[in-house]
Amino acid sequence: MPRTRSPRRWTGPLAVALAVGLVSTACSGAGGGSSDDGSAITVLMVGNPQMEDLAKVTADNFTKDTGIEVRFTILPENELRDRVTQDVATQGGQYDVATIGAYEAPIWAQNGWLHELSSYADADTGYDRGDLLEPMVASLSGTDGKLYAAPFYGESSFLMYNRELFDAEGLTMPERPTWQQVAQFAEQLDDDAAGVSGICLRGLPGWGELFAPLTTVVNTFGGTWFEQDWTPKVNAPEFAEATKFYVDLLREHGQPGAPQSGFTECLNTFGQGKAAMWYDATSAAGTLEDPDASTVAGKVGYAYAPVDETDSSGWLWAWALAMPKTTKNADSAWKFISWATGKEYEKLVGSSLGWSRVPAGKRQSTYEIAEYRQSAEAFADITLKSIQEADPVSPGVQPRPALGVQFVGIPEFADLGTKVSQEVSAAIAGQTTVEQALADGQRLAEEAASNHR
Amino acid sequence: MTRTVQPTRRGAGMTGAAWTVLAWLAGLLFFLPVAWMVLTGFKREVDAASNPPSWFFTPVLDGYRQVFDRDITPYLLNSVMASVLSTLLVLVLATPAAYALSIRPVERWRDALFFFISTKMLPLVAALLPIYLLVQDLGMLDNVWTLIVLYTAMNLPLAVWMMRSFLLEVPAALIEAAAMDGADLLVTIRRILLPIVAPGLAATALICFIFSWNEFFFAVNLTATRAGTSPIFLVGFITSEGLFLARLCAAATIVSLPVVLAGWIAQKQLVRGLSMGAVK
Repeated sequence: MPRTRSPRRWTGPLAVALAVGLVSTACSGAGGGSSDDGSAITVLMVGNPQMEDLAKVTADNFTKDTGIEVRFTILPENELRDRVTQDVATQGGQYDVATIGAYEAPIWAQNGWLHELSSYADADTGYDRGDLLEPMVASLSGTDGKLYAAPFYGESSFLMYNRELFDAEGLTMPERPTWQQVAQFAEQLDDDAAGVSGICLRGLPGWGELFAPLTTVVNTFGGTWFEQDWTPKVNAPEFAEATKFYVDLLREHGQPGAPQSGFTECLNTFGQGKAAMWYDATSAAGTLEDPDASTVAGKVGYAYAPVDETDSSGWLWAWALAMPKTTKNADSAWKFISWATGKEYEKLVGSSLGWSRVPAGKRQSTYEIAEYRQSAEAFADITLKSIQEADPVSPGVQPRPALGVQFVGIPEFADLGTKVSQEVSAAIAGQTTVEQALADGQRLAEEAASNHR
Repeated sequence: MTRTVQPTRRGAGMTGAAWTVLAWLAGLLFFLPVAWMVLTGFKREVDAASNPPSWFFTPVLDGYRQVFDRDITPYLLNSVMASVLSTLLVLVLATPAAYALSIRPVERWRDALFFFISTKMLPLVAALLPIYLLVQDLGMLDNVWTLIVLYTAMNLPLAVWMMRSFLLEVPAALIEAAAMDGADLLVTIRRILLPIVAPGLAATALICFIFSWNEFFFAVNLTATRAGTSPIFLVGFITSEGLFLARLCAAATIVSLPVVLAGWIAQKQLVRGLSMGAVK
């Protein structure tokens, strides 16, 4: 009697499992991937909000108009980088379009991983390549002068300040402040009793975190990572002075928990009115002016990136769309890139998703759209000018060996910048000195430079 | 019947209570990250990122809304297919192998057993490049069948070892008795062996299912847009710009549900199965 019952106890679930398996086998044949005839393309991208918007509106607009089906895969930056590298190196041809940053674009172009876009952009009359902001084009071009990635959205850096706090103290922020002025304001406005720090700056380790703002300070203080002949200058007096200035400012008048603060943390701190100033990405402004996400909306003033020896010091960053060289659908891939980075796309996003979500910072014409100007009134002009003034070729006082304002456009920099940033972050925490951090940094920079001499 | 309540051998009194408390504490400690994940999934992004973290908040469904905005279905289907089919294949292959290593041991069974497990000693990353190139040559990149074959191969040694220890539990006298009664091999397997090792089979199946369901390394390297499994879907919510913790936790909660469900269905068998080798 129990003999017959027992087997059924496990054959039941097994049969169900088998059925589920078979049903899903039948279903999985549905979605098509990349095709060789250009009727479908695959796009590999990072999960930034602007990319998600892109995925959201593609089917109803691009696919509807062109008949080209687009399949998106979203991965974090590091995995995305690995995947593209692998695919190109093995001639896999699995991806037709990938999102890459301004740091990768020239390096990958140099490695021969990317399809050039100049010939497509020039032949595409509707694309209006001349409308793209010059610094964006420069930072996404290879040494051969050809465009290798089309900018999707871009940013520079500027100084944001809490106008209420400035007014209360009777202080006026100049349009183009110097770092010395900023340090003075920070001292005057630092109010521990009220829980307001003088300034908020990134202290979180990472070449793209702490060293984005810090490298711009180094640039304007007359320092550089490398001279044109690849001589490392990390322990040079200018680099040290800038780093000391940054670390001291943060230690004396910065936000609590500075060594763990990145862009996100500073956005929270400043957005909750807990800092008088914040020097960071221009793209922060959209969130700061959104009353749902910040308590300082409408009360923020914007000034150009503070300077010392140079006339301007804002950084330059872009997220761009590129074609891996191995794509088998170059024509369809360009149609998609052209659509996503074109003028009409910005209007489409503005009118369907909201004007604050427009992927701005890459085209002159964006800043002529009335609705966008209205939505970004407080910061549109200064953002545009900051981007236009950024010079990725020569961001400091001396000629540079590689592209990049807040980074050095060589593959070794991600590792170098991150390692040195860990020590500088420790200096902000008071666990080491700036001198020690930079002495170690110089040694690491020597190693990186030896590959390029 | 077998369903006897375990006598409280450690007895009542202080020691018993202390063990109970300790067991519960350990259990809660292990469960804490899961509970935190589920909680965070219902937070607003700003609350999820707050430091120090908050236990009390107004739950919202924003995270889940964002997850369903992206199409999760193909990823779940791929995962179900890769996990279920590879688990079935593993059971079909591992059980006879385990039989030949326990009840009717082949010659030099000990060597065979270690040969099986030695395949688990190679780090996965060392195998990646040759596997990638092979799969590419076969034109099987971005194909869910590639994952099924790989997951089967990965879980097979473990399943053979597990099933062997379960089969060893079957008293030899029982099989002999069946033979005396004239039962042939198939009848013996169906009527004698399977009922006894069913809990072990369930435990093995669940472990193989969980391993395949959560596998990320091969999935991320061998798939592109069509065959991506749910772990690939998950990491897509990590971004360097903007907050993502709440939506990531919401997605992780959804993706964990099938495993929890499978464990819950197999619960009764599992408790017996997992402690089977322990009580000799």
